[in-house]
Amino acid sequence: MNLALPILVPVLPALGAAAGLATGRRYPGLARPLAVLPVAVSAVLALVTALQLGTGTTLDAATRLAPTGGPEISLALHLDGFSSLISVLVGLVATCVQVYSTAYLKDDPRYPSYAALVSLFTAAMFLVVYSGDLIVLLVGWEVMGICSYFLIGHHWEGADARAASLKAFLVTKLGDVPFLFGLFLLGADAGSFRITEVLHTAATGGLQHPTLIALLLLAGVAGKSAQFPLHTWLPDAMAGPTPVSALIHAATMVAAGIYLVARLLPVFLLSSAALLVLAVMAAVTMVGSALCALAQDDLKRVLAYSTVGQLGYMAGALASGDRQAAVFHLVAHGAFKALLFLTAGVVIHAAHTNSISAMSRIDGLRRRVPDAYWTMGIGLVALVGLPPFAGFFSKESVLTAAEHAAHGEALTGHLGPASAVPAAAGWTVLVAGLVTALLTAAYATRLWLVAFHAKPVAPADADAPYSPEVDEADPAHDEPAAMRWTLWVLAVPSMGFGLLGLRSEWLPRLLDGAPLRPGLETVVLGTGAALAGIVIAYAAWRAASARAADGQPATDPGRLLLGPLHGPAQHGFGVDRLYSALFVRPTAAAAKLVRFLDRAVVETYVRGAGAAPGWIGRAVRFAQTGNAQGYLSALLAGAVLLAVLVAVGS
Amino acid sequence: MNAVLIALLALPLLGAALMLAPIGDRQALRLGTTVTGGTLLLSVVLAAGFDHDDPGRMQAVTDVSWIPALDVRLHLGVDGISLPLLVLTALLTFLCALYSVRKLPAGPGGRAFTGLLLLLQTGMLATFAVLDLVLFFLAFEIVLIPMYFLIARWGSGQKVAAANRFILYTLLGSAVMLLGFLLIGVQAGTFDMVALADAHGSGLSHTTQLVAALAVLVGLAVKAPAWPLHSWLPDAHTAAPTAGSVLLAGVMLKMGTYGLVRVLLPIVPDGTATFAPYLGAFAAVGIVYGSLACLALARKGAKGDLKRLIAYSSVGHMGFVLLGIASLTPTGLNGALFANVAHGLITGLLFFVVGAVKDRYGTADLDTLAGATGAALYGRAPRIGALLAFAAVASLGLPGLAGFWGELLAMYGAFDPAAGLSRPAFVTYMVLAGLGTLLTAAYLLIVVKRVCMGDPAQPAPVADLPDLKGYEAASWTPLAALTLLAGLWPALLLGLSDPAVKHLLGGG
Repeated sequence: MNLALPILVPVLPALGAAAGLATGRRYPGLARPLAVLPVAVSAVLALVTALQLGTGTTLDAATRLAPTGGPEISLALHLDGFSSLISVLVGLVATCVQVYSTAYLKDDPRYPSYAALVSLFTAAMFLVVYSGDLIVLLVGWEVMGICSYFLIGHHWEGADARAASLKAFLVTKLGDVPFLFGLFLLGADAGSFRITEVLHTAATGGLQHPTLIALLLLAGVAGKSAQFPLHTWLPDAMAGPTPVSALIHAATMVAAGIYLVARLLPVFLLSSAALLVLAVMAAVTMVGSALCALAQDDLKRVLAYSTVGQLGYMAGALASGDRQAAVFHLVAHGAFKALLFLTAGVVIHAAHTNSISAMSRIDGLRRRVPDAYWTMGIGLVALVGLPPFAGFFSKESVLTAAEHAAHGEALTGHLGPASAVPAAAGWTVLVAGLVTALLTAAYATRLWLVAFHAKPVAPADADAPYSPEVDEADPAHDEPAAMRWTLWVLAVPSMGFGLLGLRSEWLPRLLDGAPLRPGLETVVLGTGAALAGIVIAYAAWRAASARAADGQPATDPGRLLLGPLHGPAQHGFGVDRLYSALFVRPTAAAAKLVRFLDRAVVETYVRGAGAAPGWIGRAVRFAQTGNAQGYLSALLAGAVLLAVLVAVGS
Repeated sequence: MNAVLIALLALPLLGAALMLAPIGDRQALRLGTTVTGGTLLLSVVLAAGFDHDDPGRMQAVTDVSWIPALDVRLHLGVDGISLPLLVLTALLTFLCALYSVRKLPAGPGGRAFTGLLLLLQTGMLATFAVLDLVLFFLAFEIVLIPMYFLIARWGSGQKVAAANRFILYTLLGSAVMLLGFLLIGVQAGTFDMVALADAHGSGLSHTTQLVAALAVLVGLAVKAPAWPLHSWLPDAHTAAPTAGSVLLAGVMLKMGTYGLVRVLLPIVPDGTATFAPYLGAFAAVGIVYGSLACLALARKGAKGDLKRLIAYSSVGHMGFVLLGIASLTPTGLNGALFANVAHGLITGLLFFVVGAVKDRYGTADLDTLAGATGAALYGRAPRIGALLAFAAVASLGLPGLAGFWGELLAMYGAFDPAAGLSRPAFVTYMVLAGLGTLLTAAYLLIVVKRVCMGDPAQPAPVADLPDLKGYEAASWTPLAALTLLAGLWPALLLGLSDPAVKHLLGGG
């Protein structure tokens, strides 16, 4: 296979970004082609690479990047079915986002730098997916972090965006520091940072601290893939433009953490403790985020919490030892979540507000944006997981994996023994997964009904719709073509991708080869939970509407369903306050202490050193007072002293 | 090749002497640019002629007797450790000279300024090129005088006090270092650094090594500066003119760490090994301390000076260099040398940009600049804002830019320190350093938030804010480009330093 193809995949968008940044100010006309073309070509190349690689094969190639004196760093490619699948997804979503952005940010003067950053972001994700060297992977990993920082801060005029961008970078960095130490341990034990070497060492039992390594790596994964307790940056990241949310939430950044664990799953399978931690983390994340999603009024925040929860499913699949299911759900989710965010962009643009309760007061919103209305429906059904949409198959495969793990027969394939996965991990994921399926259906239904199907009432002026987003798109068109068609492009895999898992010679052969067909019990349980969630949410909505019809103040069905939990859930269960108490305030106090120390302590000895010569000088000055009597007395005293010394000495 | 090296040292000295002639200020500044440009060219020729297949060997060697009575020799040479620093010095001085042609700080005039700049360059280049302890000390001291005058005459604010503190503090350090040098020279019978390094400590008793290592370590630690001997630095930087800050941070701090690698490590290895854990501890504390000090300055209402903040950030960054050295491993030393050069590029750029902001606003006080929401440089002067953000992001050690590799390798060195050093202690230092990277990211992004972002509608202290000017672009772009290049292609520096470091540690 010609290596130029896979090499060009990450390089092209990076070059496009560089060119975009260099020419953006002087030739704004070039910005659009420079944004769309490199990413689109890369997407095609990723597809060609995947086709050429075929199924069941891997490709490794490496050249030395730099000596270090220890394990050297190499520019390495490591391609297999997983990288093929995810790179195609990344290419597809990134191209859609770039095309969509040409319309969405049409009149934004900062479009060139925005588009360049999106391209760089895409390049970094491609690098993560293709890299066969962990340090080079880390480069892509962190470049994504800084790109998301800049993109979330795109509207830097607003205080929200400023705070959110800082928070996103620092929270993910909080996970990245332990992650780096985990890579050190891996590299030191394996004597190399190459993924193949690391996996080989893991297979031959050469890793000395698998639990420590796995836990350190999990910290980084929790940061990037927004798992509890490092998930708090993601909902706030909604301050960025909507297409950026689609990019970050679907195929890049949040996918990186899951992808990394899938890559290194043999290492994680060496440690039951780490798998159990991952399972608990996933379970807390899933249920907590679903409750939060039910309480949010901001359309994008509902979707953001839903991303957190769906990532919890993927982490749960990994904790059950089944990376096929995790990646299956990752790709399916990537398609429908990108779709959901892009439709949300259209709706927000048309409604001039993010608030779904404000949307409910707008007459005929769904008739103004018919494409977004229908495609959002498709996306939500995929999210809820009703057959035969993509989310159904992928979510069922996660539940099946958890069920197998709960019975001690985890679907680890050839990566490790099934006994490596503790049954408790399987049960945790299974129970949390079913509860989350119900909650997911409930919040998706609530979102759909409240945003589009409420009876319009006269808007109260005091409660005017707000739009935190600076409105970019052409106001004459609610659905410009570039925005409308990308929705339908993404709607296709949202509907059909799941079917690929049905036959073992389709998707499974590209991955590890085990079947992905859902088991009967989990289908009944999972779909039952989803249907129950829909019915409950519908009932709550009817109750709320009936109240509104009675002339009482309109209530949110989410409030009815959550009861006393509504308040805490709306504020993310106070995790932010916990962070403030645990990290922010102690750091600020330490900074103040250092400022004090630097002034009061370090300065004191410096001044003391400066004062010492002064004292010596003053002491010496006594010898030269100019007083003759004083000199004579000293002379006399000296003579007496000498006489005594001589007398005693002799 | 040795002629090139000699010319490299002689040219700026000649230029400095020329400044004694009665010429006009503008002519002097232009002449200064020509001379530093010529020096840069010579350094590039030197790098091109350097045998890159054998960077561990001293090349372009000149070795003639100078003061026979003391056995002091004029011994010059370059290897993979000193070559990048020589080029960096030549580059930064040229950029400073170029910048000063258009933007001379207020002071006694251009002729004296250029003369001092060239004298400073001579001293800095000589520090990296000489291979005799007495000459090293001389070169080390020469730079203090021009820098003193640059701060005291062309500075701002409390300039005289800062300059006095700078020179007294560093002179005191150098005096201690000289004692160490003399002890080594007297006991070993030679001042020749190559001979001493090849002997690798044999011929020096353990006690001698301990005493000498302590003296040299303290002297160089003042220069680096290592916590808690750093307090001269923030004052000097706050008061210094832009060119002075750039050279002070970009080159002069490196003289300290270069000395550690070149003198301490190979010449008194036993003594170094004894003190390495302490050096590592001070380095780790310095990393956290420096970043916390920056956080305190970056806070709203702290009346933090931007130049002072970057000076403190140097304490943190040089902590990584010291940590890498303290690990006594090839990886750590490679990291230290890489971080040295990276810090020179990035902090040089930061001081340039911040200096320009200070010139435009008339103050570097963060609270005045930022107002209630932020100075909104992204909107008011987008190119300067973007460059500041770029430099900040590079400084926080983003992978793919120069700042990353040095920190990474220094931490890896601490993770896996040399045999005989306490692993738990060094792993603790590594964790502290990791915490430091997080804090570094925090304060730099807070600075970006308060300076680059913000509401453009809020009333600004100055109405007219010109964006990047031609001469600024010319003197800053090379630094930004090299930051990117070193980040993407670390072998550029690591390929040079790795064999040299292994040679130094007696491994290859």
